[in-house]
Amino acid sequence: MGEPIRVNDFAIRIATVNGTGSASANGMLMQAIFRMGIPISGKNIFPSNIQGLPTWYEIRVSGEGHTARRPEFDIVVAMNAETYGRDVADVRAGGWLLYDSTWPLDPALASRSDIHYLGVPLSALCAEGFEGARTRLLMKNIAYVGVLVALLDLDMEIVRGMLEETFAAKRHLIDANLSAIALGADYARAHFACPLPIRAQTMDATRDHIMIDGNTAAALGCVYAGATVGAWYPITPSTSLFDGFTRFCKKFRHRADGKANYIILQAEDELAAIGITIGAAWGGARAFTSTSGAGVSLMNEFLGLAYYAEIGCVIFDVQRVGPSTGMPTRTQQGDILSNIYASHGDTAHVALFPADPGECFTMARDAFDLAERYQTPVFVVSDLDIGMNDWMVPKLKWDDAYRPDRGKVLSAEQLEQMDAFYRYLDVDGDGVAYRTLPGVHPKGAYFTRGSGHDKYGKYTEDAAKYTEVVDRIARKVRSAKERIPAPVIERADGPADFAIVTVGGCDRAVREAIAAYAKQGVRVDYLRVLGFPFADEVEAFLREHAINYVVEQNRDGQLRRLLLLETGIERDRIASVVDYGGLPLSKHAVMSGIARLRPDAAAPESTGLHSKLGARA
Amino acid sequence: MTFVKPAVHHKRLEKNALGLTVRDYEGALSTLCAGCGHDSVTAAIIQAFWHLSIAPHRVVKLSGIGCSSKTPTYFLREAHGFNSVHGRMPSVATGANAANRELLYVGISGDGDSLSIGLGQFCHAIRRNVNLTYILENNGVYGLTKGQFSASADVGSKAKRGEENRQQPIDPVMLALTLGATFVARSFSGDKAQLVPILEAAFKHQGFALVDVISPCVTFNDHVGSTKSYMYTREHYRELVEADLVPLRKPIEADGARAATTQVRMHDGSLVTLRGTEPGYDPTDRDRVYMRLREIAKAGEIATGLLYVEEGGADMHEMSATTETPLVEVPFEELCPGAAALDKLMSQFR
Repeated sequence: MGEPIRVNDFAIRIATVNGTGSASANGMLMQAIFRMGIPISGKNIFPSNIQGLPTWYEIRVSGEGHTARRPEFDIVVAMNAETYGRDVADVRAGGWLLYDSTWPLDPALASRSDIHYLGVPLSALCAEGFEGARTRLLMKNIAYVGVLVALLDLDMEIVRGMLEETFAAKRHLIDANLSAIALGADYARAHFACPLPIRAQTMDATRDHIMIDGNTAAALGCVYAGATVGAWYPITPSTSLFDGFTRFCKKFRHRADGKANYIILQAEDELAAIGITIGAAWGGARAFTSTSGAGVSLMNEFLGLAYYAEIGCVIFDVQRVGPSTGMPTRTQQGDILSNIYASHGDTAHVALFPADPGECFTMARDAFDLAERYQTPVFVVSDLDIGMNDWMVPKLKWDDAYRPDRGKVLSAEQLEQMDAFYRYLDVDGDGVAYRTLPGVHPKGAYFTRGSGHDKYGKYTEDAAKYTEVVDRIARKVRSAKERIPAPVIERADGPADFAIVTVGGCDRAVREAIAAYAKQGVRVDYLRVLGFPFADEVEAFLREHAINYVVEQNRDGQLRRLLLLETGIERDRIASVVDYGGLPLSKHAVMSGIARLRPDAAAPESTGLHSKLGARA
Repeated sequence: MTFVKPAVHHKRLEKNALGLTVRDYEGALSTLCAGCGHDSVTAAIIQAFWHLSIAPHRVVKLSGIGCSSKTPTYFLREAHGFNSVHGRMPSVATGANAANRELLYVGISGDGDSLSIGLGQFCHAIRRNVNLTYILENNGVYGLTKGQFSASADVGSKAKRGEENRQQPIDPVMLALTLGATFVARSFSGDKAQLVPILEAAFKHQGFALVDVISPCVTFNDHVGSTKSYMYTREHYRELVEADLVPLRKPIEADGARAATTQVRMHDGSLVTLRGTEPGYDPTDRDRVYMRLREIAKAGEIATGLLYVEEGGADMHEMSATTETPLVEVPFEELCPGAAALDKLMSQFR
């Protein structure tokens, strides 16, 4: 067919019905390619449903190491008749459509002449090869993996090794899976020219890496940071964070007598979850909650209390599409402003923005240190894409020399030496007052309140006394910028044509776009904010550039607005490039978004699809 | 205006086992209205803590928002206090208790704070069996916002301006019994002799202890026509159980023969003696207690006393198998699995 051979550079989209067991088949495929040493990423595009609705899994393979979503699919595996129409449309021109040919080609599938049809009678093969409806259904998934093993030239020994690890105690499952793979692979080799021009080839680029989702990594970070109290209310896409925390606590946090060095409380709602978190943090524990935007909305009143009463706690917001229920199983960065300015009255909260699961791990630790150092709520602003998808990141590492920064906490001995303790007195002149924990010493007692209080902790309705305290709190929170991770800044070779500023999970798509610009001779400087309040470098960077494109995943350009509010940068020097349809960001969205604002900038090199999948500026 | 009490103690004040007098258990001067029932409850709390010789700094006092929620400032100045947000004290208390199970937690709430905005948290703290004494200062009215009916206002009860409540009240005692609370009591702010021993038993109880205290609002709900006034409460008050040190009291019904004495051993080994004031009343039989309380409510009377107690139920920490060491005191070295464990774990992600 004249297709050039492309090694380790392709994307696959697998369309199935949720609840049919396709997740483990897709995971197997991912893991096999990862173990072949090839950089890979997977995006699960799933419904808010348990069984019976369409779901897609996208796998991108990139020898160059680009792991952002690529909405340009070389192969589509169409296993769901309900979505045939859009699945066939998703194949790039010249690509391949794999379908179940047990039945005649569906007219919805047969509509294109510019793609290759690969029919495999998967249902018939599995009906012959296996007993029982459920087994046949499950094995059909494994059989399409087998077809892909042959088409993409995957290393069968690696697949066999994975199955033997997974089902070590269940020999019959290893055999069943292997024969399902053989059914698909043998059929493909007998009927198609295998491998296809797009194919995989073993390399050595994943050796020191793992595949992990951000919620799991964040949970592990909480365990390592010494969190002992976790309170939560189930909400997609944050639930798996507490699933992970529970799992790791069971593994690592039981004492010799079997008793738990932690307590996990599933609250009645998010109000209670944050209330428990605040109570525990006030009591002296490292405490956290995880939720999504809807939960943060409910937590607002309490967040104002924690801010004003100065109680350091950690909130993970695994963002999903809002407003309201929105699209609960799609990703977005729509909570940036509602996190930073959560609650009524004047507030501003410390926030960290992880770009991938590796940063979810380190920022979980950082968040507790910041919360205790500054005695204020700290958000870790993740999202569904980071939280729930498996990302390739360097192995997580831990420094055994780490000790928690508990900030200014007075011990019984220190209190004993003092004449009097006042909770909100700025003794050191840095805006951070000393705190005490309940039960430690009679002199440490004070009354915590969300109502007006003076620097001695006494109730007040006096203008000057109120102002003195809230001014100090503002100063304190601003000063957190000194300990927040510095922004990532990468400069082009030579003077930049423009700059891109971004946040969180946009990182990989933006980097890929910058690499593409570089190939076209366009020089782009890059900045990614890692936290709020912004470090001074952020504004300095913005000022260096005539134009900064702020790339983010929400409609209103929330990071851009935050930059306008919190730095002195002029409006016309920062422009918004946004993508907010709920799918992980792609290079195409970044480049077409910038091209729309900047006619001289190159559009992404294209094979046709992006017009309907790309960004809107 | 400042509210500082003189620190000079009368030398004849009696000392408890810790060498502390009642004055050592006091707090700031109350800013509530003169005659407010809540101030009597505060006095009872002070008395109970003093009598039990509990070190003030080992107590944590919490509240939500409202007149009742102001009161934690009026007792135990050497205890950490937390005046949280409206209706959400139970969750804050739950968290604080999660962090440090060794301290004694007392939450003060009101009928608005507990039965309207905070009904959910109230119920779930019971369900979770948080080791917390929950004192509900119940006056049937919103005081701080000047006289609206609360959810505990009885049908037919009249507001100060004559408006009559038509909605069914939420009775915290019946609710707590239904939800499985292991300590349910009701008392009256005007009856310190009854209230103090109930509070003492509540502080000793392992688990959630509800003490519903009818505490009349002198400003907005103490008029004729109110069912939460001093006079109405006194006239319709029916003590079902006497606890521990209460001197024998004449039952309201002259013919009420006395039931047998029940002794309940509390978690710390202390004994609470319960003396029924009517035949057949058994404060450890939830179903019969529930039935009897309904009868009394139907008759328009207010059942009081330590109405139900069940010792030995699993509290939040027992259900979670938490270590006996307060979590705040577990050293970091025991909490962090370390670099080697992480390295080993990484193989699961390949």
